[in-house]
Amino acid sequence: MIDSLLRDLIPQVLTALVRRYGDFGKCEDAVQEALLAAAVQWPKDGVPDNPKAWLITTASRRRIEMWRNEAARIRREETVAALEPPSFELVPQQDDTLTLLLLCCHPALTRPSQVALTLRAVGGLTTAEIARAYLVPEPTIGQRISRAKHKLRGAEFALPPQDELPERVAAVLQVLYLVFTEGHTASSGDAVNRVELTAEAIRLARQLRALLPADGEVAGLLALMLLTDARRPARTGADGIPVPLAEQDRALWDASAIAEGSALIEHALATTPVGPYQLQAAIAAVHDEAPTADATDWPQILVLYDLLQQIAPGPMVTLNRLVALASVEGPALALSELDGTDVDHYRADVVRAHLLELSGDPRGAHDCYVRAAQRTLSLPEREYFESRALRVMSEKP
Amino acid sequence: MKYLVLIYGNPASRAAWAGMTDEQKAEGLRAYQRFHEELEGERIVSERLAAPELTKQVHVRTDGVSTTDGPFAEIKEQLAGFYLLECDSEARALEIAARIPEAPFATIEVRPVMGLTGDVDFEL
Repeated sequence: MIDSLLRDLIPQVLTALVRRYGDFGKCEDAVQEALLAAAVQWPKDGVPDNPKAWLITTASRRRIEMWRNEAARIRREETVAALEPPSFELVPQQDDTLTLLLLCCHPALTRPSQVALTLRAVGGLTTAEIARAYLVPEPTIGQRISRAKHKLRGAEFALPPQDELPERVAAVLQVLYLVFTEGHTASSGDAVNRVELTAEAIRLARQLRALLPADGEVAGLLALMLLTDARRPARTGADGIPVPLAEQDRALWDASAIAEGSALIEHALATTPVGPYQLQAAIAAVHDEAPTADATDWPQILVLYDLLQQIAPGPMVTLNRLVALASVEGPALALSELDGTDVDHYRADVVRAHLLELSGDPRGAHDCYVRAAQRTLSLPEREYFESRALRVMSEKP
Repeated sequence: MKYLVLIYGNPASRAAWAGMTDEQKAEGLRAYQRFHEELEGERIVSERLAAPELTKQVHVRTDGVSTTDGPFAEIKEQLAGFYLLECDSEARALEIAARIPEAPFATIEVRPVMGLTGDVDFEL
């Protein structure tokens, strides 16, 4: 309870401080210390009447103390004497969280740094939680964050000019999508206390959507997350073995998430220019709305992939389109198109295995699954491909 | 993605190190320090291994556990150190590996580490 309250307040407190004092890095440190103080005091003394004001005041004091320490070194007490914690009337503007998100995804930072900084400064996760979520040691994440903050020294805390905005928002979308997929594809059960990255990504995407309600790609990304995450309860069987989409128990899918995601994407497609996240969400919606795997509207999915191939081509789009093509036109055409591509990725082996299976060549499918199992860098995928290889050989034609 | 970088020394590289003055060795270690500072956030851990002569081999067999000294003398290339990196791509891991100060004298191997994330629910 206190945790989620704190995490919702973090961006607001941080932006209030940055607006007043500048220097994002130092303000972020001060806010972290205020959070620590709150985590210790609030459970004991109760939550203050105005938690945001409490945090802003506490963080401001800390920020000023830092200044005093610096100032002592450079003998500038007279400027510091004038600094007092701000009044409680400090109301951050609507754009502050967006400004903060854009700052965390600044083009000067590497992608992993953008991810780590976003999760900490906007998501309010601790360095330890981020490290656990990504299965890397805490110092690795700590260094990433401190380096990123160092790089952002002198970066202006303001919305970028209008003409840069689309590109900057695109970077935020990419970061949130990365966070989501990392959570979505993590094998469960082997990491105690792992932060729910999918839930975190959805939470941040909701925030972004509230800030940019007219942006179709923001809506598309949130819809894609909801429609993908809706399938999670059915993605793994009782034995922890992954269940492919076609074999999932659709009764387990989250109907309310599907309803919300479908409504979102329908509205976005009807009212805004189309983009890659919207198309991917639309594809996910077609899958989610089919009562059974056999009832899947593959021709519609194929049309969507054709569009996606035009506006955002890539090897995964090529491969997924071939799966749809096989469902519409049969495996032979898809196989001949696959032969014509130069995609050299283990996913190409998996798609080939699937197509060979459909065309009644279990031996060929087996060999492709084995090859994919050898090439993947993911343990859960390797186990899954090996089990598919065995299964394809044992099935009766 | 995580990558393990293995550095294999050879008789020539070991002799070169042994033949350096203290200043040269200190400068060599400083070069590593500078290198590590540049790798902040990407270097998870790295260690330099002790002399190959200090290697012990452990054999677990049906008749019990025994240890023997050292690697096989005829093996010229011996593991001298390793890095565990966390980076965006294999290309980046290779780029880092090529900048290891010892790289010009050693054999460097870069191997991907198996991870726990992977999507098996991709429309199949």
